[in-house]
Amino acid sequence: MRSSAPALAEQFDSFEHQRESSVLGMWVFLGAEMIFFGGAILGFVEFRHAYVADFNAASNHTKIVLGTVNTAVLLTSSLFMALAVHAAQEGKNRRLLGFLAATMLLGTAFLAVKFAEYYLEVVEGLVPGPRFRMDGADSRHAQLFFVCYFTMTGVHALHLIIGIALLGFLGLRTLGGKVTPQNHNVVEVGGLYWHFVDIVWIFLFPLLYLLGRHAGHG
Amino acid sequence: MDEPKASVRIYVAIYVALMALVALTTGLAYLDLAPWSATVAMVIAGAKAVLVILYFMHVRYGTRLTWVFAGAGFYFLGILFFLTLNDVLTRSWLSPFLGGTP
Repeated sequence: MRSSAPALAEQFDSFEHQRESSVLGMWVFLGAEMIFFGGAILGFVEFRHAYVADFNAASNHTKIVLGTVNTAVLLTSSLFMALAVHAAQEGKNRRLLGFLAATMLLGTAFLAVKFAEYYLEVVEGLVPGPRFRMDGADSRHAQLFFVCYFTMTGVHALHLIIGIALLGFLGLRTLGGKVTPQNHNVVEVGGLYWHFVDIVWIFLFPLLYLLGRHAGHG
Repeated sequence: MDEPKASVRIYVAIYVALMALVALTTGLAYLDLAPWSATVAMVIAGAKAVLVILYFMHVRYGTRLTWVFAGAGFYFLGILFFLTLNDVLTRSWLSPFLGGTP
């Protein structure tokens, strides 16, 4: 007879051993992700170093109000994610479901604002290519900024979409009674991924929106 | 063995600190702190990341092995940034001696 709550997998000595192993596995994955986003950010830093004035002018065309709101939205979602893991640890599965739903909702709100920004930028002609239009800076260098901007925020948005799907999966596991205080590592590991995506945004926000903001009005 | 964990109160306190840092960094972006603007913005971002990693991601309460695994990514990221920027950021120092553009 199988109970609905998964038991200890046979390769582990204890639930604690099982939990720590899954956390370590997630950190290995996040290490690879760090190098991925870190490489992109390093490329951006190099380009910016080469064309500071043009990058500052281009950066002033990003939507700082929407960007700041989105930073707050994502940090709030991280708080709810941390509270979701906390509820899972204590076996309060109804609260866990509520916090998972709130986290997913804020993640979706972030995406909605992000895509609204993309819409405004498309309308303003800030998409690199033949229709690119921006005064007051070398067009090629300003386009390079927006190549970096759309690539990095786009890949970040993709990670967030995956994260929202992941939380939906966790919600289903919880509803299926497969999350118990002893066996909540799926939720903990999902939380690590969500917080990581938040950290990537913590660095993208100043790099893309804030640097050069003081340097005039583009 | 009981797993050590943070309290709701700590999570909320960290959240308040994070939001304060967002307000601070956005406000400071409008001031001309040249040549320190970029440094200040990145230090604040780093502080936010450390708070998230230590508390929301539970590394503060993790075993030493967790610290090693979490630190490994930063270690290699550090090598990547340090060696690359060592080259890129110092090229202009040489151009007076080499003549011509770097």
